Amino acid sequence: MKRIKLSVIVFATLFLASCGGGEKAGHEEHKADASHQTEKSHTKVSEADKNSGHGQASVAAVKGEEANALQVAKSIDDFSTLVAAIEAAGVQDAVVNAGPLTILAPLNSAFAKLPAGTVEELVKPENKSKLAFILTNHVAPANYPIKQLKKEAKKGRKLYMASGKYLVVENKEDGVYVGGTKILKSVKVSNGWIHVIDDVLVPAE
Amino acid sequence: MKTIFKPLFALATASLMLTGCGPEASSHSGKKEAHNSGALSGSVAEKVYVAPGEHDEFYAFISGGFSGQLAVYGLPSGRLFRVIPVFSQDPEKGYGYNEETKPMLMTSHGMIPWGDSHHPDISQTNGELDGRWVFINENNTPRIARISLTSFETEEILEIPNSAGNHSSAYVTENTEYVVAGTRFAVPVPQKDMPIADFKGNFKGSLSFVKIDPEEGHMSIAFQIRMPGFNFDLAHPGRGKSHGWFFFSSYNTEEANTLLEVNASQNDKDFITAINWKKIEEYIANGVGTKEPAKYAHNTWNDKKHTAETVMEDEVLIINPEEVPGAIYFLPTPKSPHGCDVDPTGEYIIGNGKLAAAMTVHSFSKMIKAIDDKAFDGESYGIPILNFEAINYGTLEQPGLGPLHTEFDTRGNAYTTFFISSEVVKWNVESLEVLDRHPVYYSVGHLMIPGGNSRKPFDKYLVSMNKITKDRYLPTGPEVCQSAQLFDISGDKLELLLDFPTIGEPHYAAGCPADLIASKSQKIFKLDENEHPYAVKSEAETKVVREGNEVHIYMSMIRSHFSPDNIEGVKVGDKVFFHVTNLEQDYDVPHGISMIGAQTSELLIMPGRTETFIWNPKQEGVWPFYCTDFCSALHQEMQGYIRVSAANSNVPLTFTLDDDVPGTEEEL
Repeated sequence: MKRIKLSVIVFATLFLASCGGGEKAGHEEHKADASHQTEKSHTKVSEADKNSGHGQASVAAVKGEEANALQVAKSIDDFSTLVAAIEAAGVQDAVVNAGPLTILAPLNSAFAKLPAGTVEELVKPENKSKLAFILTNHVAPANYPIKQLKKEAKKGRKLYMASGKYLVVENKEDGVYVGGTKILKSVKVSNGWIHVIDDVLVPAE
Repeated sequence: MKTIFKPLFALATASLMLTGCGPEASSHSGKKEAHNSGALSGSVAEKVYVAPGEHDEFYAFISGGFSGQLAVYGLPSGRLFRVIPVFSQDPEKGYGYNEETKPMLMTSHGMIPWGDSHHPDISQTNGELDGRWVFINENNTPRIARISLTSFETEEILEIPNSAGNHSSAYVTENTEYVVAGTRFAVPVPQKDMPIADFKGNFKGSLSFVKIDPEEGHMSIAFQIRMPGFNFDLAHPGRGKSHGWFFFSSYNTEEANTLLEVNASQNDKDFITAINWKKIEEYIANGVGTKEPAKYAHNTWNDKKHTAETVMEDEVLIINPEEVPGAIYFLPTPKSPHGCDVDPTGEYIIGNGKLAAAMTVHSFSKMIKAIDDKAFDGESYGIPILNFEAINYGTLEQPGLGPLHTEFDTRGNAYTTFFISSEVVKWNVESLEVLDRHPVYYSVGHLMIPGGNSRKPFDKYLVSMNKITKDRYLPTGPEVCQSAQLFDISGDKLELLLDFPTIGEPHYAAGCPADLIASKSQKIFKLDENEHPYAVKSEAETKVVREGNEVHIYMSMIRSHFSPDNIEGVKVGDKVFFHVTNLEQDYDVPHGISMIGAQTSELLIMPGRTETFIWNPKQEGVWPFYCTDFCSALHQEMQGYIRVSAANSNVPLTFTLDDDVPGTEEEL
């Protein structure tokens, strides 16, 4: 698996610079850029990737191009558990797809809130499909920037997730809530949006 | 003999296919040949197999001939990557249909939707390919195009005035100082009403030198030499020691105006014209030449405004040969030479006399000496004819029938195509010996070795471009697919590796190593650099504006919707402009758009680009538009409606996305 290395500059851009413009207080919106991620100038599947059977997730980032959801997630330490879970569930290719996708991305601290041993249990090979189901409950197959989510809330439309479940969207005093948890930050990625949350949205069953 | 040979060869080929470890190729005589590589490395299939995910080693730019386009293939696989529209409209890409590219096809005769593309040539620096642009000529309405090898798009088209049948073109000099254009069909200059029978002495053949701006590549006609009315056929720049000279082959020095197949084959020798363009530059600097009126279109693509613009030029600098003594000479060359090819050292000038029994090799050094010695055999229209013996290095006797074009390797060898005997012949230029020959299927025209027209050929592969294919492919009606063939020329013998189908007629080609271009290939167009007057940078900027009966839709597209996607208040008789910007900034994510009843092509819009089409609603109703390029998982959802009301209706003009006016959501 190719490691995408993000430079300090990109990391800073991602987290410090504001490009939301019209966004309301209590919410930050960012834009990802892959331009500093790799020296590789053209996309080509390496021998190792081909042999490991990995698909689109192994396409290297292109200079000047926006980073996709997986590349962004991998570049941020606070998502290391999420990335490990994505890899354990084998759903990497789905999160780099042209999409568009909206990903509710739980921080490491969200996974830490789960009962002790849960994560360790889920990443076991025999629980692969269960883990994949939980992860797909965080992915909506559509483009939902924060303002669209506000609109969903206003119109009372639920968010249809790739798991087949629906999540309720709410406008509250301090921000937008999806599935009962607050969206902390939003990042524009090449194939949609990442909204950062601090809870794992485990489906009821 | 021939009739026995064919089945024999077919048998040999069949056994080759079945066993998979037989000889790599059969010789001309039909005998099986054991090549030096042996059985282990003898798999021809392996040599052209580019595994899934792997890239080809070379780009090949093969002109589409009467398709008017330029196609991009990979070598050795022969896979077609892209067809670059150049001189013909391409509804798939909207080229020549959308408002932005329509000016690219403008000429002094008006907009012309088709062209006959011929000879691509890649730009050079210091005699080596630099991979910046490829130039290509159009034969029917004389033009030269410049194509960017970054965007793989046509960026400029220059019409050539006072010319007809722009055939000996678009060859570049070794620092891309000039691209040339020579006249194949002599015409009255300037055009006038006169008897055709008065052709001789009165019709002219213009040779145009098009200056290339070294930074941007922009083209301008520096000067045009008004030559006698011969049929100028092909051309080649000098290089190395002969840099500063250009050589043009010609036929019909008889100046026949009817039944040329007989009347243009009367003279034993026609001419290769040698032009010392550096000397002509000096003359021009000293005031030689006359500016004459001429009307020709100059079409330039503006990559910031995403729009082409036509400027109608009105004059050209004319040089008459008698004004530039010592700059133009005729090299007598037997029998209607087609190709006029200069070897990588610049010393040898090959005349491919297509009706000659021998190949003529002229020597540049001898030519210079002959000029110094004034070794002339008279003159034609005031231009000195150099003595054949004084300039000739030698002849390759009986090499084949119907030589057309020669390219070179780095080992002193030449490779010549023979149309009539349908073969490629490898021969040594200095020793004038035939080293190998291989049949092609069938009737080959031009051939290409990557870097062929430069000091540094990449002599691993050779592509032959064939005119007739007969039984080589599954039949598809009266015309069998056009085809090229790939040879390995790295060894002593020519080894046939692959047949691959091509678009149009594979007329001529240029090739280069993939790594010269691949890393520079454009990925997206940056939205913040988009200066198209109707561009939108975000959905909030999208709108619909009425100006009289014109309705301008400033529309955006992003996975997976248009903004706006519901428009009302359009009326029958309106002229509706769709100005559509692709907001994506992600590589390889174009979107398309098409509107029911629009009498034009789709738009296929690259990330960051803005394009326009016009729709004339003729009937009341509610009419859909949609994304034509499968862009995303929700591509099918990417659609919208326009309500068309009666001409006298008072339905207000509205535009929304998800029931809101774009850009007003914050006030929710």
